[in-house]
Amino acid sequence: MAENKINNDIVKEENLVYKKTDLLTDKALSYCPGCGHGTAHRLVMEVIEELNAQEETIGVAPVGCSVLAYEFMDIDMQQAAHGRAPALATALKRLYPEKYVFTYQGDGDLAAIGTAETIHACNRGENITIIFVNNGIYGMTGGQMAPTTLPGMKSSTSPYGRDVESMGAPMKMTELVAQLPGTYFVTRQAVHTPAAVRKAKKALKKAFENQKLKKGLSFVEIVSNCNSGWKMTPIQSNEWMVENMFPFYPLGDIKVPEE
Amino acid sequence: MTEEIIIAGFGGQGVLSMGKIMCYSGIVQGQEVTWMPSYGPEMRGGTANVTVIISDDRISSPIINEFDTAIILNQQSMDKFESTVKSGGTLIYDPNGITRHPERKDINIYRVEAAAEAAKMETTKTFNMIVLGGFLKIKPIVKMENVIAGLKKSLPERYHHMIPVNEKAVKRGTEIVEEVQMLN
Amino acid sequence: MKDLRLMKGNEAVSEAAIRAGVDGYFGYPITPQSEVLEYLMLERPEKRTGMVVLQAESEIAAINMVYAGAGAGKMVFTSSSSPGISLKQEGITYIAGAELPCMILNVVRGGPGLGTIQPAQSDYFQAVKGGGHGDYKLIVLAPASVQEMYDFVQLSFDLAFKYRTPVMILSDGAIGQMMEKVEIGEQKVRLTDAQVKERCPWATTGKDANRERNIITSLDLDSNKQEIFNHKLQAKYKEIDKNEVRFEEIQTEDAEYIFVAYGTSARICQKSVELAREKGIKVGLLRPITLFPFPHKRLLELSKQVKGMLTVEMSAGQMIEDVKLAVECSIPVEHFGRLGGIIHSPEEVVEALEQKFL
Repeated sequence: MAENKINNDIVKEENLVYKKTDLLTDKALSYCPGCGHGTAHRLVMEVIEELNAQEETIGVAPVGCSVLAYEFMDIDMQQAAHGRAPALATALKRLYPEKYVFTYQGDGDLAAIGTAETIHACNRGENITIIFVNNGIYGMTGGQMAPTTLPGMKSSTSPYGRDVESMGAPMKMTELVAQLPGTYFVTRQAVHTPAAVRKAKKALKKAFENQKLKKGLSFVEIVSNCNSGWKMTPIQSNEWMVENMFPFYPLGDIKVPEE
Repeated sequence: MTEEIIIAGFGGQGVLSMGKIMCYSGIVQGQEVTWMPSYGPEMRGGTANVTVIISDDRISSPIINEFDTAIILNQQSMDKFESTVKSGGTLIYDPNGITRHPERKDINIYRVEAAAEAAKMETTKTFNMIVLGGFLKIKPIVKMENVIAGLKKSLPERYHHMIPVNEKAVKRGTEIVEEVQMLN
Repeated sequence: MKDLRLMKGNEAVSEAAIRAGVDGYFGYPITPQSEVLEYLMLERPEKRTGMVVLQAESEIAAINMVYAGAGAGKMVFTSSSSPGISLKQEGITYIAGAELPCMILNVVRGGPGLGTIQPAQSDYFQAVKGGGHGDYKLIVLAPASVQEMYDFVQLSFDLAFKYRTPVMILSDGAIGQMMEKVEIGEQKVRLTDAQVKERCPWATTGKDANRERNIITSLDLDSNKQEIFNHKLQAKYKEIDKNEVRFEEIQTEDAEYIFVAYGTSARICQKSVELAREKGIKVGLLRPITLFPFPHKRLLELSKQVKGMLTVEMSAGQMIEDVKLAVECSIPVEHFGRLGGIIHSPEEVVEALEQKFL
């Protein structure tokens, strides 16, 4: 009781510097401590809150670590079969053209099993937002090689490192979709520092606002870490990401609408 | 009344559309109809055939092996379908391009020189309507006025100016169909 | 005056969908059902009723679009033919698992593999036993005429929304491609978004202040909850089995033998009944209209009256298993059917009856 009282003394309106958006549920995130998903979730929900669009948004969760995204996001959501999220989003947007529709997908979901759905939703220029969290590994199933796993990078299915000759080179899906006429805004962001978080949020907001312009698909890659899968501490994993992932997956806008 | 018909010839001769017009005519006079085409690779250039059934009652099988009437418009179809006419049934054919004429003794046989006649008309596209006229002369299962109504329903609006020439072709067919072999 | 038209089975489905006020179609071309998509594109349903029509990048994408549309409370459907339906099984099991209403048309062609483009009935097991992974069933309707292709579209959606379950129309290349007279119904007005919200309070129509968020998923990692959910599904199928059996009988009153056949085979058997009766063989036809639920009760009753049953299917014998189960193997049940896209003739069916029973 005494402790609670102390807390209540501290938690006062005037002392608040940060408040979790109401659009995130109170359920504890299922992600590993240190994982970038939590921050990415928060940013998406903050953007929807700022757009005052809780009622106007339908989200699509993938298969992978974020399969349970709907447990944390307090909006109407559908959970897609592995890789199919862009197909779901296509239908949702066609049937509800005035709603905000987004997918939240990982690299295995979006760039391996769902490649066709991703490419074709982008190519048709569906007025949706795709959020692509790329951590170069299959986290949920226990650290297997992903299409975005870096050359030489170890995973449970590339235990001696990704051998590009036999396993293929990592795929730059974001650069690929930027080539398609149907994409309107394509950008690559990260959430490992406060500065990166601010930039990422700006990009996400733009990606959602673009839906009202009906000029095509907005695609936001978030390069993220997987400290569990990479077998590192959270801090080490962020450092490793900066040193290894960013050179291969450089941050910044790839396709921006002409003003 | 139930009439089971096979129409067979080359793709492009209007075999399928002749069947459709028969069916539409049947619908106009309140009958049941079924139009069952052969489909697939055959559609694209080769032989085409369609089974048409027109009946006063509910139609059972759309797939049948024996026909009351076979309308045969090329040699391959003659080879394939002459034997499928029911004993006592009717075979109508255009002798154009036919090298082996029908040989059955137990069926009625008629010829209608539709290809030759179509060449004399404004457009050779009336070929199938001349054949239809020949058929209707022998088997007046649908009334002429209903054929015209059927044509109207079958053809897209933009082709409705073609109806008079088609009507003329059907009438011409009724005039030129000739008896080859008549059973008693 | 009645609006009577001459239409292909495939076209009839499309027109019926527009008339029923369907909200969306998502498909991919495959013979012998491409006319469904072609007709819809030609008819500009977005102008007629506001219906969405989209040619997807694959059958898999198409069925997942249907999943999403259904999850958002809209009336949506897809169509394909056998190889494409195999691809759709992933989406279909998700739809069943998330308890969503939709319609799936299968215009069956011969298999296995790429098989043939000619008609067959060899997807019976896939249609009535589930098809994808997990314990689920579809309501399966088997039209035997172009008119039924038309009529079963509305029926599918009625049943799908009544039970929140996917409904399959199991047709075949013959019914899809043939033309018959169709009586066209009234144009229904599509539901507004507000009406959809009211009809489907569970759908992802956008979370408002008056309710908790809606989630469409088939996932529950808690096995205890997943078991409870599975029991709920099974109870629903029992309810469907109790309420929705549909079949037709032709000349069964005095029959000593019964043909059991659906779809195209049932049409053929109708003629076989005529031919056999001309020969003095007292035979009738039971035509299941719903394949799940199956008319097992009526078959059991008939088994007390007849000496044998012949199932006639364009397959190696699939429905025969359900007929044998229905009659509890109390009388001889035999199978006849041509395979690989060949359609049996009415005469062949009568010969088979004579060979097997007389």
